[in-house]
Amino acid sequence: MPNVLDIRRRIRSVINTRQITKAMKMVSAAKLRRAQERALAARPYAHMLTNVLKSLVARTDIFDPETGEPKHPLLAQREEKTILLIVVTGDKGLAGAFNANIIKAAMRFLESKSGKNIDIEAVGRKGRDFLRRRYPAAKVQTPGLEELEESVETESKATERAGTIQITGEHVGILGKVEFAQASALARNVIQRYCRQEIDSVYVVFNEFKSVIAQRLIVEQILPIEQIGEQAVRLYEELPEEEKKRAKEAAISAGVGMRDTGTAREPASQFGTAQVDYIYEQAPEDLFRDLLPRYVSVQIFRSLLESVAAEHAARMTAMDSATNNATDMIDSLTLAMNRARQAKITKEIIEIVSGAAAM
Amino acid sequence: MAEVFQLELVTPEKKVVDTRAEEVQIPGKNGYLGVMPGHAPLITELSVGEITYRENSTQQRLAVAWGFAEVLPDKVTILAETAERPSEIDVERARKAKQRAEERLASGDPNVDVERALDALRRAESRLEVAGKAK
Repeated sequence: MPNVLDIRRRIRSVINTRQITKAMKMVSAAKLRRAQERALAARPYAHMLTNVLKSLVARTDIFDPETGEPKHPLLAQREEKTILLIVVTGDKGLAGAFNANIIKAAMRFLESKSGKNIDIEAVGRKGRDFLRRRYPAAKVQTPGLEELEESVETESKATERAGTIQITGEHVGILGKVEFAQASALARNVIQRYCRQEIDSVYVVFNEFKSVIAQRLIVEQILPIEQIGEQAVRLYEELPEEEKKRAKEAAISAGVGMRDTGTAREPASQFGTAQVDYIYEQAPEDLFRDLLPRYVSVQIFRSLLESVAAEHAARMTAMDSATNNATDMIDSLTLAMNRARQAKITKEIIEIVSGAAAM
Repeated sequence: MAEVFQLELVTPEKKVVDTRAEEVQIPGKNGYLGVMPGHAPLITELSVGEITYRENSTQQRLAVAWGFAEVLPDKVTILAETAERPSEIDVERARKAKQRAEERLASGDPNVDVERALDALRRAESRLEVAGKAK
């Protein structure tokens, strides 16, 4: 029979744990709110950029009319020999299956492309740690985004590969505060490699986040650009229903709105769509050439922002379940403690009664 | 009341300006252009420079690096990669960036990407200028 004192001690410890998980949940909820706002703030820019690109596509030929060759290297489709995969995970754990799910999706993608050379850029400590145990690091590493500050580009010629699958870059600790400059530095690097034909296509795997209940894990193709304004989603996986329900409960109890970050109707989204003949200060071709790389940056930026929001949402959900579990545990422990106490009292009475009877 | 138009300036990180302005000067790729209400529709690329606009007869300045502007008769929308108000500019950092860029240009090292160094130099100089004028 467990003794009452021991059980009481356990209860106290579980209460302490519950206090911590509850606090973590509230912190995540606050961070989620901020991350959602940032994702929302990034939306007008992305919209405008897409709109200008779309209207430019309508006005200029992006393919050479004679040869059929695309006029911009980022549109060039090549046979996939070397693939670049950007894996966006979180820097921290305690977020339920968030990191594991992304890694799983990445592994599935790698399997589906087995036999091809794959370069990996790992964003986030958790993904990096996992991938680093499995795959060798490439000899030439892309400069880290943490100290990107005007980093001088190294003229890396495609050297020997460390393996069919290799890690070419690790970016840890940038997710606390994602800045556009970081996304655009990564994009610049990727574009450079693409134009040098070191890589033939670029995918990014991340947790897309529209709202707490509309999330999915996707593998999105970033390069070559197939259709402007359309996501080229290659693989996706919705959040399981049960998980969604729990996320919803957690969001309600933490007071986070479930407003969709994707449907904000901003006047900015009408940029460049007015039905008038614009005067173009530059030749549309020149505009187009400058715009496409930014489009890639914006996409990478978006995936980072959404991943951060999703991470906080996942942590909030996980911590909410942990808090609930702790409450259940306290209840059952309290019951056990009361039973033990009652049993002890009963035993003592029996002892007294039988002692009296013996006399 | 003077004629006004809607002025919006967004960066990937936030909406910086959303106001009614009387006039705006935009650093276009082919030189600065001033826009008043009723301008013909126009799309231009921005280069590194300074945006000045007038609202309620007061001048406002912003340092921008690369972007786009769409001009409509009653509305100007600017999409900038970075846009900072004078108070937000980190003068120390800009000064260091300028120094670094100058060193790189002066080094004569063939590995230096001259274009990028020049870009960095221009960005730093425009920041310093905008910050300096505000004082």
